[in-house]
Amino acid sequence: MKSSVIIFPGSNCDRDMDVALNKYGFKNQMVWHNDQFIPKSDLIVLPGGFSYGDYLRCGSIASKSKIIKSVVDFANSGGLVLGICNGFQILTETGLLPGILLQNKYLNFICKNVFVKVKDKKNKYFKNLKKDILELHIAHNEGNFFCTQQELKALEDNNQIAITYCDSDGLENNENNPNGAIKNIAGIFNKNKNVLGMMPHPERMIDNYLSGEDGSLFFENLLGNLR
Amino acid sequence: MKIKVIVTLKNGVLDPQGKAIQQTLNGMNFNSVTEVRQGKFFEINVNEDNETKAKLNVEEMCKKLLANLVIEDYKII
Repeated sequence: MKSSVIIFPGSNCDRDMDVALNKYGFKNQMVWHNDQFIPKSDLIVLPGGFSYGDYLRCGSIASKSKIIKSVVDFANSGGLVLGICNGFQILTETGLLPGILLQNKYLNFICKNVFVKVKDKKNKYFKNLKKDILELHIAHNEGNFFCTQQELKALEDNNQIAITYCDSDGLENNENNPNGAIKNIAGIFNKNKNVLGMMPHPERMIDNYLSGEDGSLFFENLLGNLR
Repeated sequence: MKIKVIVTLKNGVLDPQGKAIQQTLNGMNFNSVTEVRQGKFFEINVNEDNETKAKLNVEEMCKKLLANLVIEDYKII
């Protein structure tokens, strides 16, 4: 399986993602934002970081870069596009995903482990995943998911909410909501569920000694679903 | 021609920076301040003599890049 990680000026999780994808059997290639075409891929990843220094709005400048047209075409033809953190912000700015990530409710940069509940498994990302609750890492200043009431209703009606913040038992409430996101939303799909944007970083949870391995579960499972 | 644009958060959208500024102003004894909303201001030089055309052009810019219409309104002045 081939994957491509797009690098924008200011991306800083691109290499971690490269390590994670290669570790679990993807043949990954790095693609520069100013290229026009993406090499043949089964998965495109928009990594975390601070593309263009978060100028204007997070992800807004990156969403107009040269490579994005190819990403949008790939997504519209059913290809898998995964956006992590800043990648999620970029996906909302391209319009591939609804809503927007606002500044965290309490104005602080949050960097910690959280638990998230997998809300939908009828998709290529989470199908067959052994766990329902994952421990993953978040590191962001703008992770407060916001959308209009109509958009929220559409997300709920079509089961597009992918993961929500919760505690280790799966309880979703205000206390377990780190950034003020509507309905504790940590990640969403597009309607066809081939595009996934999420704030947590699975690529940071792939080493038993350094972190935890719930990220490993995610990548192994994803690769299994694509084979 | 110079066109000015103000982008503000829509009513009802959380503005934690505005809130922090308001609380600071209250703490500085500006007690009459009940709310602060923070926005963005742009000055755009366009190579165009016709003001209507220039503003139409800037309106496109607002819709496509300068503002995110999910959370923001724009005003061209």
